[in-house]
Amino acid sequence: MLIAFMADVHANRQAFSACLDHAREKGAQRYVLLGDYAGYGADPAWTVAKVMELVEGGANAVLGNHDAAVGTPDDRMREEARTAIDWTRGQLGAEERRFLANLPLIDTGPGQLYVHADASAPEKWTYVLTVEEASRSLRSTEAQITFCGHTHRPALFSVTALSKMTAFVPFTDVSIPLHGLRRWQVVVGSVGQPRDGIPAAAYAMFDTDKKEITFLRVPYDIEGAAAAIRKARLPQFFAERLFAGR
Amino acid sequence: MAKPGLQPGSTLDGFHIEELIHRGGMARLWSVTRPGTDVPLLMKVPILGEGGDPAAIVSFEMEQMIMARISGPHVPHFVAAGDFAVHPYIVMERLAGKSLLPRLANLPLPYEEVAEIGWKAATALEDLHRQHVIHLDIKPSNILFRPSGEAVLIDFGLSRHTQLPDLMQEEFRLPYGTAPYMAPEQLLGVRHDPRTDQFGLGVLLYFFSTGERPFGESERMSTMKKRLWRDPKPPRALRPDYPPWLQEIVLRCLEVEPAWRYPTAAQLAFDLRNHSQIKLTARSERLKRDSFLTVMKRRFNPDQPKDWTPRTVAMPLPAAPIIAIALDLSEEAKVTNEALREAASRALTTMPGARLACLNVLRQSYISTRDTVLDEEGHNKHVNRLVALQHWAQPLKLREGRITFHVLEAVDPAAAILTYAEQNRVDQILVGARANSFARSLLGRISAKVAGEASCTVTVVRPRRQADGGGGDAEPAEKAGETASAG
Repeated sequence: MLIAFMADVHANRQAFSACLDHAREKGAQRYVLLGDYAGYGADPAWTVAKVMELVEGGANAVLGNHDAAVGTPDDRMREEARTAIDWTRGQLGAEERRFLANLPLIDTGPGQLYVHADASAPEKWTYVLTVEEASRSLRSTEAQITFCGHTHRPALFSVTALSKMTAFVPFTDVSIPLHGLRRWQVVVGSVGQPRDGIPAAAYAMFDTDKKEITFLRVPYDIEGAAAAIRKARLPQFFAERLFAGR
Repeated sequence: MAKPGLQPGSTLDGFHIEELIHRGGMARLWSVTRPGTDVPLLMKVPILGEGGDPAAIVSFEMEQMIMARISGPHVPHFVAAGDFAVHPYIVMERLAGKSLLPRLANLPLPYEEVAEIGWKAATALEDLHRQHVIHLDIKPSNILFRPSGEAVLIDFGLSRHTQLPDLMQEEFRLPYGTAPYMAPEQLLGVRHDPRTDQFGLGVLLYFFSTGERPFGESERMSTMKKRLWRDPKPPRALRPDYPPWLQEIVLRCLEVEPAWRYPTAAQLAFDLRNHSQIKLTARSERLKRDSFLTVMKRRFNPDQPKDWTPRTVAMPLPAAPIIAIALDLSEEAKVTNEALREAASRALTTMPGARLACLNVLRQSYISTRDTVLDEEGHNKHVNRLVALQHWAQPLKLREGRITFHVLEAVDPAAAILTYAEQNRVDQILVGARANSFARSLLGRISAKVAGEASCTVTVVRPRRQADGGGGDAEPAEKAGETASAG
């Protein structure tokens, strides 16, 4: 079975629909959504409605820090991000806000754990960028594969029974076997706001039969997403960074 | 992970176990058969057990991962892999030939034979590097030959696939490899540079041509590390008749700085095959090792920072291609040849690592024999063509070593160009379109055949036509400036 993992959509309708189309064409049979549906982008209502529809159809979805901030303002957020969340709150209806508020911090699949950030303390929203951070997250779980987002940069970590770690920046479209002798942390990259210097939307596909993960990039209508951000009078910077993938 | 041991006569995943062929430190090799498969098969089973080296597991994990992803004549054909959770193994084609290991009894070998072995091995390495794999354990026992002549590289237990995570990354405190063949950067834990394989091959070529190992056999880290600052004895110091061209090649492979070796294994293969045109630098003249003072300076004042920044395997390849230019030296082709020179000049400007091979085909008639080629007239023709090629290339002002000249003698020029490109791992062929209708029958067919059948990129070059003159008769297969990529 092919499972599509998508994280950090951030209300980017153009990027999200491009990734969903791409995954459908690739034959995705299940969807796992790893949080941060809201924030930064101009289409939170459409995005959350789409997530609700996917969950209705059997998808898993966990909570992200921006989603949590819709219900409970987060003082640690940067001012611009907070502006976006304040605006988002005015865009979402009661049903959508209730949906976000009820999302779990952690969800699981067979041998798999789904979380937005560091699994050792999901509510702290710690980035998993380094070997040390991945090691801490992996130590806290028994799942063979942990899938997360939050950093907006695709990465792959592994740990052996003897606690030896490896770190890797994956290549696009090259399938990687997730060997059963070690445990893995898959950081899937961001659909709606990539920050690894590549503007194309990022997601990952896991083949449960072959036990292979493939990191994918999908070009999308950045002009359209940026125009929507400007039209909504959100901070200009949110539009600009999409073109550079920063 | 206790497993019932394999026995001759037992069956595993449909493979019938025949006999134990080899028992190594890390794995056993069984000959196996499978109904419906009539080629000889080999099953490699890792030795994993109590007190076993944990590195053996990781090494086997990597080998399974890599072997399933590589193909072609220069690696054993992969058949199947067994799940670690059940019974780990790799089944692959069993190669008939022997490795280079038994040749150790006959060293030193004749120089030409060493060059031939080196050319074949470098060609195999180039193919492997193109598949994003660095071997990292090049030595005589890991190089075999097919009956058809191609070198086959085996044992990927220490290899690195640069598009996959390096599972060895944190596994070893000590660098893994085979002591006499390990490159300096390997001793420092660097596992991402394809040029590391050139060093291993360089050690092999040195050993096979002199009978001595350039850095000895010691496995002590302190002794092994000497190769970071101590240069080996120049082969000419060991054998007075040692050809300068071979010393040039071998010592270049053994450079401490990967950047001072060949940019690609393809370029190394090219020099081994065309050694009459090698640029001989000071390397080829050396008769002594560096002075004590120089060595001490290198050891204690490493003032030049080593360039070991990460790069992917595939990256240096396109930046250092081999470009072949097929030239027709007849009067009618003059204008086309100028266009070819411009095209070559453009390619060289954008790719400073590129090298150019200028080809001309001396047509033989079907009835000519070898003797007529060697007679005086034939010899003069050959030399005249070489001179004409050099004259054509002169305005490019390429330094020696970046350009070579080749007169091929053949009945079918297109076939000769294609064969040359195949054997020399050429990345791109530049060929002129026919200049005018007079040359149509000859040149037009050559460019069309080369463009249609080559296994690399072919660019058909044509001078820009006057708006009113002679247009309209182009064949579709050779539109001006068309670049065709095939295979």
